[in-house]
Amino acid sequence: MIGPVAFTTPLLLLTLFFLPILWWLLRAVPPAPILRRFPGVALLIGLRDEDSQSDKTPWWLLLLRILAVAAAIVGFAGPVLNPHEASDQDGPLLVLMDGSWASARDWPSRIDRARALMEDAGREGRTVALVQLTDLPPEGDMPFQSANAWVARLDNLDPAPFAPDMAQALAWAEALEPGIQTFWFSDGLDHAGRDALLDRLQQAGPVTAFEGSGTLLALGPPRFEDGAIRLTGQRLDGAGAREVTVQGFGLDPAGIERELARGPMVFDAGETSAELELDLPPELRNRMNRFEIAGERSAGAVALTDDALQRRQVGLIAGSPDQEGQELLSPLHYLRQALSPTADLLEVALPDMLLASPDVIILADVATLSPEEDSDLQAWVERGGMLVRFAGPRLAGSDLARDSTHPLMPVRLREGGRTVGGAMSWGEPKALRVFDEVSPFYGLPIPEDVLVSAQVLAQPDPELASRTIAALADGTPLVTRSRLGQGQVVLFHVTANAEWSSLPLSGLFVQMLERLAISTRPVDPDAADLEGITWVPDVVLDAYGQRRDAGNLPGVAGVDLANAPLSATLLPGLYAGSDRRVARNVMAADAVLTPADWPSDVPVEGLRVVETEDLTPYFLTTALVLLLLDSLAALWLSGRLTGAARGAALLLVALMAHPGEAQDLSDDDILALLATSEITLGYVLTGDEQLDEISRAGLWGLGLTLTSRTSVEPAAPIGVDLETDELVFFPLLYWPVSVDQPTPSDAAYARLNAYLRGGGMIVFDTRDADIGAFGAGTPNGRRLRDLAEPLDIPPLEPIPDDHVLTRAFYLLQDFPGRHLGRDVWVEAAPPDAEQVEGMPFRNLNDGVTPVIIGGNDWAAAWATSPSGQPMFPVGRGFTGERQREIALRFGVNLVMHVLSGNYKSDQVHVPALLERLGQ
Amino acid sequence: MTQTALHTAETLRSRSEAVAGSLPALLADAQHLAATILLGEHGRKRHGMGDEFWQYRNAEAGDSLRSIDWRRSARADGLYVRQTEWKAAQSVMIGVDDGQSMGYAGAKSRPSKLRRAQTLAMALAILAVRGGERVGLTHLADPPRGGEAQLMRMAAALMEERETADYGAPSPQILPAGSRAVFFSDFLGDLTPLERALGQAADRGVKGALVQVLDPDEESFPFDGRTVFESMGGGLRFETLKAGGLRAAYLKRLAARKDQLRQIAARTGWRYHCHHTSDAAEPSLLWLFRALEKGAS
Repeated sequence: MIGPVAFTTPLLLLTLFFLPILWWLLRAVPPAPILRRFPGVALLIGLRDEDSQSDKTPWWLLLLRILAVAAAIVGFAGPVLNPHEASDQDGPLLVLMDGSWASARDWPSRIDRARALMEDAGREGRTVALVQLTDLPPEGDMPFQSANAWVARLDNLDPAPFAPDMAQALAWAEALEPGIQTFWFSDGLDHAGRDALLDRLQQAGPVTAFEGSGTLLALGPPRFEDGAIRLTGQRLDGAGAREVTVQGFGLDPAGIERELARGPMVFDAGETSAELELDLPPELRNRMNRFEIAGERSAGAVALTDDALQRRQVGLIAGSPDQEGQELLSPLHYLRQALSPTADLLEVALPDMLLASPDVIILADVATLSPEEDSDLQAWVERGGMLVRFAGPRLAGSDLARDSTHPLMPVRLREGGRTVGGAMSWGEPKALRVFDEVSPFYGLPIPEDVLVSAQVLAQPDPELASRTIAALADGTPLVTRSRLGQGQVVLFHVTANAEWSSLPLSGLFVQMLERLAISTRPVDPDAADLEGITWVPDVVLDAYGQRRDAGNLPGVAGVDLANAPLSATLLPGLYAGSDRRVARNVMAADAVLTPADWPSDVPVEGLRVVETEDLTPYFLTTALVLLLLDSLAALWLSGRLTGAARGAALLLVALMAHPGEAQDLSDDDILALLATSEITLGYVLTGDEQLDEISRAGLWGLGLTLTSRTSVEPAAPIGVDLETDELVFFPLLYWPVSVDQPTPSDAAYARLNAYLRGGGMIVFDTRDADIGAFGAGTPNGRRLRDLAEPLDIPPLEPIPDDHVLTRAFYLLQDFPGRHLGRDVWVEAAPPDAEQVEGMPFRNLNDGVTPVIIGGNDWAAAWATSPSGQPMFPVGRGFTGERQREIALRFGVNLVMHVLSGNYKSDQVHVPALLERLGQ
Repeated sequence: MTQTALHTAETLRSRSEAVAGSLPALLADAQHLAATILLGEHGRKRHGMGDEFWQYRNAEAGDSLRSIDWRRSARADGLYVRQTEWKAAQSVMIGVDDGQSMGYAGAKSRPSKLRRAQTLAMALAILAVRGGERVGLTHLADPPRGGEAQLMRMAAALMEERETADYGAPSPQILPAGSRAVFFSDFLGDLTPLERALGQAADRGVKGALVQVLDPDEESFPFDGRTVFESMGGGLRFETLKAGGLRAAYLKRLAARKDQLRQIAARTGWRYHCHHTSDAAEPSLLWLFRALEKGAS
């Protein structure tokens, strides 16, 4: 071991001593000579070299070679950076992870560290078990396995968004046998019962603790106090002042989640908690769905908000104006008292109130509304508003909903109402009946002192029972409710003041308003408040503080939601009840972070992994590069590095310097994209600009014809350089033959042959049908023979009358281009093709002819200028135009043949063709 | 066309294939080359046997009566003899060195020296035949002849592979007196046989031209580094550790060699020309044609 480097086979290093011998050997051997045949040697005989310098290898080349060999030797000796020292333990290894939300912050480094430890254990042949305290294996089960098996599963582990249950862990740990070494990855928090578990583990074997660095931060649930949102932050250690940013997120009016508020939270030096007060307008406040400590990646740094923050706007309207000095008799007094801590109250005239679109409108003893107000109020309720009406003398005395139901009254009322337990009545004031299960008030305790002495009575009605949500002990409805559109109308059959009942004086009144979601609940819901309802998780947090859709997680009983510690069955998140949503955060309002304290006999380590790095590849690569440089230098020394070779060598060196930069979208890719996004016809670039332009214009013109007449709509044609471009994208290649075009290279021919074998088609056009017949040895014809010689072309024959090209789209027998007549050659039919009696054509060969050879200068006949005019004259007058038309039809047939193969050769088409042919 | 493939094929079959393949090509090349020079009727600018009228001169004693042009004499007092321009056919003997050194081509884009020499030789032969002269090859025992058939024979003979040494030497079998001769070679070998041949030629009144065909590589010596040079046949061998250092010395020797050739030519009334295979053949053919014409006057 030399410094941080060790070798796996250090003995190999001894060979380094032989390097001087190598030096001496290499010095004696000059670079090998080149053998050249050269007639001028006769003139050289007798000449002498001026100096004999390169007789010996130059010193720098020697150095290069020595370095290369040295690098190779060192490389093969297996250098390792930061080697691990073997531990003295050899029993099974238990890796224990808290796996709580507090570990999520540095989870990857925990996993890396655990992996390194496990790999070490694996090298020593120890078995390993990894246990997350938040996800304990069944009691008594010790999942000891080979280290590799665990290492492979490490990446799939995730922390849980709650704290471990140490009592359960202790029960599990009872099964531990002695001789087990434990590595405990602590999240740094002192979970209750941790000491007992530590004792138990230490009985089994030595324990080493691993703790992350940095400070754990957590955010308590937001509270609404004095018109502002208060947030409490906690941190684990109180060193130094620190400022963190708290962000509030919510949906913007467009329904997109974005940051709506942010503020600095300052931890003073030595303090472990800090406060942040955010004063937000109600619209913004109601939109908030969570607060986060910026940059903290754990569920503890996320505080979900629920209805507690969402303060509703409640409009209050009283039937009679307040009488001065009689506060306690005001119909609105008790409502104000009940609602003002948890809701924003609005007390203006009804038309103005509707403009502000409050969540709830409470009409206390209001009987008559103008028809306009009435319809406006109905419309508001139908849009989702909640109208709460309280009875009173006016309502009792009005005609509202007497004879027929009124939309803004849940039930019809009997005339008069009743009074019980008064001075003039026989009965006692009535108490309330226990709430039904279907009632929103189900579960609320009923104080005994709530008594009703007067009320309005509902007309008996088939629907009355279903609309009653609270009743007196004798069964008369006390609170009725009906739905109207998306909203609802609720009627309390008593007054909002204490005139008719003692209900407004009791706490039940507040709770009932809250259950009706008129007011919002205080921050910490108590069990009583939540009891009796099964809460369904809506959004849950994972350990990293990411919100996840709860999917079909089971519901949670209200008592558990209020009191039970978070666990796998009670994840932090947002739980929805009937009309309310309750958030359960990782940090409770009064929670404090306590740092874990390790006894002195437990060594505590950090999470940083010192990577063992195998240096072998670096040394071997260096050796290779040096050898490469050496060969270049040797070439240069011996004079073999000339011209292009020198350029290539420089390029090679440059590439070695910048290996990763040549990854642009190459021309090939661009061509491929161009040629494959649509059907594209190709033509061979001959090097003659004029000829290439004719080819391009010809194929373009043919494309126009195809587009207008057939369902083939080719893109603009592409010129193909046979030397560089890939051909497979083109269904058809048009190849005009000119005398002076260069012969393609062997590689290009290989590509052409692959193209032909892969079903491609090349149309050779010698463009000289006017001066000579095929094979007559015109210059173009001879050139064609030269060009086509290396091509893999099957036997040819002039197009037979029954070739599929004659009927692929149009029925044709001539194939003219700019020149007329002359034979066009295609792949010969198989010798056994015979005409069946009665059939117009033979059953010819399968597939597409790979070549078509002709000289009719088709491209010139097809060529169309951008304005749509033909570019070259064909023949004379009408006959010429007819010839051009036939030429275009041949082009259409050609493309159809390429694309549909011998489809038209199928005998299925015989009847139709026979009819067309007039037979 | 096949520009290499001379002297390389080993078997009879492939050799004959190569000859069959390149024979028309050589002729075609040569025809093509010869076509670039426009031939006029070129008389010998002196009286002699021929068809074209040359001059009338006064009859002198010794002129036979048959030679007197009576029609001309009748129009004057004296007797006149009608003389025609001398058009006796010349013999042009062509020697192409096909030593192995001639097979050298410095780059694939260039023909070998032999190929270029053969092309020039055949083009010259075509020109000569068109001019009504007789042509022949110096290394054959056949006398010079005229006519297209002779061209075919010459082409075949030129393509015939002869077993040769590294460096060829002119060894004329037949040199008719007063004929013209052209030797194509790179003249890189021993010059003594050449001097002897030229001496003999001068004795027989044969004049002509030496055409040195060189590859550009032989002119520029673009080599460097540790190199072993071998002659084409492997007969000579020279090793250098730093070829680039020898360039100056080599070029000096080459220049001296050219001078020597020029002197040998001048001594015997011959003419010397150096042709590079990288250059077009036409100027050299034109020079040759002129040189032979001048030599004839």
